[in-house]
Amino acid sequence: MSRLANVKKSIARSQLWTAFFRHGYPDTDRNRVLVIMSNVLLHLHPVKVRKSGVKMKYTWCAGGLSFFLFLLETITGLLLMFYYRPTIEYAYVDIIDLREQVPLGIMRELHRWGAHAMVIAVWVHMFRVFMTGSYKPPREFNWNVGVILLVLTLLLSFTGYLLPWDQLAIWAITVGSNMARATPFLGHEGPGAALLRVGDVSLVHIGDDVRFALLGGRFVGAGTLLRFYVLHCVAIPLIAGFGMAIHFWRVRKDGGISGPL
Amino acid sequence: MDLFKEQVNRLFEPATFIGLSTVGFFMLVYSRRVWSTTSFWVGNVVLTLFFGLSALDPNFNKVITKPDNIPILIMVYTAWWTLWLSMNQAITNDQRMELGLPPDEQEDSGKKVWAWPDLVYTELLAMLLVGGLLVIWSIFLKAPLEEPANIADSPNPSKAPWYFLGLQEMLVYYDPWLAGVVFPGLIVVGLMAIPFIDFNPLGNGYFTFRARKFAITWFLFGYIVLWVVLIFLGTFLRGPNWNFYGPYEYWDPHKLEALVNINLSEYFWIKWFQQPLPSNWMIREIPGFVATLAYFSVVGFVLTKTYLKQMHQQMTTIRYGILMTLFLSMMALPLKMLLRWFFDLKYVIAIPEYFFNI
Repeated sequence: MSRLANVKKSIARSQLWTAFFRHGYPDTDRNRVLVIMSNVLLHLHPVKVRKSGVKMKYTWCAGGLSFFLFLLETITGLLLMFYYRPTIEYAYVDIIDLREQVPLGIMRELHRWGAHAMVIAVWVHMFRVFMTGSYKPPREFNWNVGVILLVLTLLLSFTGYLLPWDQLAIWAITVGSNMARATPFLGHEGPGAALLRVGDVSLVHIGDDVRFALLGGRFVGAGTLLRFYVLHCVAIPLIAGFGMAIHFWRVRKDGGISGPL
Repeated sequence: MDLFKEQVNRLFEPATFIGLSTVGFFMLVYSRRVWSTTSFWVGNVVLTLFFGLSALDPNFNKVITKPDNIPILIMVYTAWWTLWLSMNQAITNDQRMELGLPPDEQEDSGKKVWAWPDLVYTELLAMLLVGGLLVIWSIFLKAPLEEPANIADSPNPSKAPWYFLGLQEMLVYYDPWLAGVVFPGLIVVGLMAIPFIDFNPLGNGYFTFRARKFAITWFLFGYIVLWVVLIFLGTFLRGPNWNFYGPYEYWDPHKLEALVNINLSEYFWIKWFQQPLPSNWMIREIPGFVATLAYFSVVGFVLTKTYLKQMHQQMTTIRYGILMTLFLSMMALPLKMLLRWFFDLKYVIAIPEYFFNI
């Protein structure tokens, strides 16, 4: 018994152990402070939180789950990128391969259902924040960041929808992006676009309007697939990640989870 | 049974369905008794009975079992649960405050607890639960994969991803430049403007309904009726050619719907004044311009004397103007629906020469 205790003690005091675990198990006040302060992920939290704010019935965990689902999407998406090539020759067959050849593969399922769940989680989070009036001063700015993150979530899901390159994908994106041709002034079928002309030359036409820029062509094709792939895997996650950093930091600066004043 | 199904189909016609949803919505929001535990379960049973029994119908089954429509089922239940959860707590708090007690959250908002374990473990459990459910969902339901993309073969109906189907449903009533660009833009701008319009200091950090009646009612109206209900409609009740199909109706691509809608200018010049349409669009569309301007100015003004009298006195003119612009833009959707259903109105302003139709 005392020998076992000695072994435990010497492990806990070893250089290797103390390099990774800088404090004991968080069952004392001192260690509960240290665990939050010394861990890069946990230090998103304050050391102490309002008791009313940690209740499930108040926050519904919706914001935390939105972040969790974002991380899940990042990891599963990264694994999918090993198998998937964003060209019209390969995209569809790579998805078939993923289904037929990868043993026990549920990464695509996790990624797709996780994406739907994330859209719902973000809505629920916004709904909760509204119903508790948590957008009110001093949190107006963070509500705005949140609205942008909501839009980014929808854009992430929308750009990802095209990548399997099946009928479902291409026509959903065709319907969705057809709206862009009617953008006022910037779309070739939008009100006011006909006014933007120099002499006989119209400045906004089917070959250079906002829809063309989005699709990289006149219709959903190879250019669109590459564009949406880059937006989906690199551009939007980067912007969203940056937005989340601001969002979480602002939550802390504005006094943590909201509560009655 | 068929007769019954036909009656249900009729109940889901857009005018009836959206109308009933709106009436039901206001009855829910304004009756305090509804938000009891009993009604939570009643709501769940009603929803489950509807979806469960409907799934027995082959036509409804075809739509609901599409893998990408499962999230809509989750959305419908989540919308009900979260609505109930927030309103239940709001009513409880309102009752407490009537008795002179602070809101429930106040009781222990002064106390602080350690993030480890109180917060960290809740988060861990929530993550495990949702992660586990996702794994189960993924094992039992394969992600959809249809035929390879073919630009020459457009499916009928072609639908946007499910979360945009409310916007696609708006296309029935408004042209793409409004339904697809301006209104979505206004939704985003409007959401961002909320904290700067809502000057009411009450209800910050706790659930309440009484102290924030206006804000909550109209936010919920936009969220529940104009977003969730329209997504439901766009998914389950719109078939080939975006025609209406009852939940138990076969999606017959040859179903014809007569297009009898006419423009306000035609009403004005031809029907009322028995004259040909003026060839100059500026003269032709005068009634539409007047109607649109009147809608945005007169209605806002009338509200300052009636429904929003008190609120208007406490707001600056600019703030009130922004509130009205956003509010009336939102209400333009149900208004156009009513005009379409009752008067077959196509456009208020129709200038196809410049793709400018409202």
